[in-house]
Amino acid sequence: MPTFVHTDKCDGCKGGEVTACMYICPNDLMKLDTERMKAFNQEPDQCWECQCCVKACPQQAIEVRAFADWVPMGGAVIPLRTDNAIMWTIKFRDGEVKRFKFPVRTTPVGSIDPYGNKPEPGDINDQRLFTEADKSLPTPA
Amino acid sequence: MAGTFGDPEIVEYETDILIVGGGMAACGCAFEAKRWAGDDVKVTLVDKAAMDRSGAVAMGLSAINTYLGENTPEDYCRYVSADLMGITRDDLVYDVGRHVDDSVKLFEEWGLPIWKDKETEGVPLKDGGKPVRSGRWQIMINGEGYKTIVAEAAKKALGMENIFERVFIVKYILDANNENQIAGAVGFSVREHKLYVFKAKAILNVCGGAVNVFRPRSTGEGMGRVWYPVWNAGSTYAMAAEVGAELTMMENRFVPTRFKDGYGPVGAWFLLFKSKATNGFGEDYLAKNKDMLKDFAPYDKAFVVPSCLRNHAMLKEMIEGRGPILMDTPTAMAKLAETMTPQEIKHLEAEAWEDFLDMCIGQAGVWAGLNIRPEQNVSELIPTEPYLLGSHSGCSGIWVSGPEDIAPPEWQWGYNRMTTVKGLFTAGDGVGASGHKFSSGSHAEGRIAGKAMVKFCRDHKDFQPTFSKDIKELTEEIYKPVRTYLEHKDKTTAEDINPNYITPRMYQMRLQKIMDEYVAGWGTNYKTNGKMLELGLHYIGMLKEDGAHLRAKDLHELLRAWENYHRVWAAEAHLRHIMFREETRYPGFYYRADFPELDDENWKCFVNSRHDPKTGEWEMKKVPHKDLVEKTYG
Repeated sequence: MPTFVHTDKCDGCKGGEVTACMYICPNDLMKLDTERMKAFNQEPDQCWECQCCVKACPQQAIEVRAFADWVPMGGAVIPLRTDNAIMWTIKFRDGEVKRFKFPVRTTPVGSIDPYGNKPEPGDINDQRLFTEADKSLPTPA
Repeated sequence: MAGTFGDPEIVEYETDILIVGGGMAACGCAFEAKRWAGDDVKVTLVDKAAMDRSGAVAMGLSAINTYLGENTPEDYCRYVSADLMGITRDDLVYDVGRHVDDSVKLFEEWGLPIWKDKETEGVPLKDGGKPVRSGRWQIMINGEGYKTIVAEAAKKALGMENIFERVFIVKYILDANNENQIAGAVGFSVREHKLYVFKAKAILNVCGGAVNVFRPRSTGEGMGRVWYPVWNAGSTYAMAAEVGAELTMMENRFVPTRFKDGYGPVGAWFLLFKSKATNGFGEDYLAKNKDMLKDFAPYDKAFVVPSCLRNHAMLKEMIEGRGPILMDTPTAMAKLAETMTPQEIKHLEAEAWEDFLDMCIGQAGVWAGLNIRPEQNVSELIPTEPYLLGSHSGCSGIWVSGPEDIAPPEWQWGYNRMTTVKGLFTAGDGVGASGHKFSSGSHAEGRIAGKAMVKFCRDHKDFQPTFSKDIKELTEEIYKPVRTYLEHKDKTTAEDINPNYITPRMYQMRLQKIMDEYVAGWGTNYKTNGKMLELGLHYIGMLKEDGAHLRAKDLHELLRAWENYHRVWAAEAHLRHIMFREETRYPGFYYRADFPELDDENWKCFVNSRHDPKTGEWEMKKVPHKDLVEKTYG
């Protein structure tokens, strides 16, 4: 189920060296055609359909089209993601549309303070992780 | 000097700890190791993708499958052991069990939405909030952003200046002066013409499991829509085996039963929505074939019937022509709706879709294209192609040292989660004989390893890693596919068809065909025998020879060339282990048709293997199993 890029929406991330989709694709599939300044999927049959690029695209230029060797034409699953929620639009082949919205995060992006209010590391020789300083660890009964 | 294609710039980098991978285990290690490291131990991470969306959780998850809560680590050991047919390392499993909830509580603190029951809505787990359980071990989450949250914590802990993204590590290098000790790793950027040489005292080898080793059921454009992430190329097992680390239980595999074609998850449907699966004629195949499972006693009496035995019962129906296997979602939803308000029913429908949208969007696309609505239409299930992994419902991996306060002497050699190669650690999919860690357990295990690695570095303060191989020679070896391409590309009019080289794509297909047809893929209904395995090994031998003629026309194809080189290593280990274990331990996952029975008397043991980096020979052996936690069945 490969990604595809709408020609009229993609702006090649305005000539940056790496586009948002190239940056994020876990499988190194999205590529910038430097002549047209448009992104494309360079290996569509290795696409996991994770939609990470779709969610990251600042122009909403990318979609996923179901793998044509099996799925009948006409359906679509389209995300619209903000920092704390994601809205999904599901279009069935027969034309029905469903929408769902789910939270994705309860804290502001960038707000994690990994070691704030956490204990100092204890004894490197015991089995406790640093956050377990006040715990005694069980062993098999 | 700026590098060019085929003549890369060589970047040398020194660190104390090198984390190879960016998934859940890697993030856990970064978070824990950096805290213990202080200023005197340097921690560096290298990921072939971008950490926000790398590893098996890249897309998201709809559940955390390991949260103990009210259960004990002993219960957890029993559950893991039973699902994996009795052969697991209780020390490792117990260790994950006693630490995993701490990681889950951190995820929630960082911003992961975890569902709570009505009485404790809004109350965090750490303050007594009760999670919505879909099963004894599983809790439901809104997990689309799961990995971005966990990655943010890891990135902040390490600092971006200590993280290399889009660098693919392809080999570990042993030390020149100390036998069997790790000295570093080499790889290349998939964005720039740069070869990276990392020297490190300790390495965490966490690059996931092995996917697309077998021919997938998908064809054409669908070939990337596999169950586990398509970018998990077996690098964890390959790179460890190449430097002589002992592997364990590489005969084990996971054949998940999933919604057909989209590989959508079935867990929530079975456990949360109480849906039933039947053969094509409405018969409950598990109840119908219950007696057949007695051949695999006592594991058939486990509280939850082991995954492989459930497949075994399903395959009987399929092979005897009573398919398709169907998940009856309409009946389940109608039953749940009986006592619900219209608003609650709408919420239930959203939950059903979210299960896919959080972790397997492709299945939602399949349903949309086929006009399938779960409240109206049944859906087909099918057992997929085999996967090698150590964190989900499988236990293939590397033999590691266990926790000092639990592991018997023969299972520990000083540092928790260290492999048999000094300084080389692993976690998550890398640790063998202890499955069912899933995302949370992999994070916790990365943390366990991270702490031990800091200790290792402190204990080996004066160790100066020295490469046993010449960097120029390594560069030649790593860039050979590029050289091969440049040398021969103009000799034919169509560059993909050229007798002087093989494309990574065809190389992968050859491997998949060999594994499917000779090593118990879906094409033979997961059956093989000694003769087929011998032939398979012969063909893999020729495939390995042809590995010297892989081509790479760009950096992307160089990535694919090395991924497939890793896949072949993982595949060979898997084949050799299946060949060695002369019984059928995991019916439904694979069958040794020449040894069709479970043989606890002779094979209730680990199978370990080691590839000798000096001679290139593989050594196979039985390693005694023991239970540290009493197991009861029925």
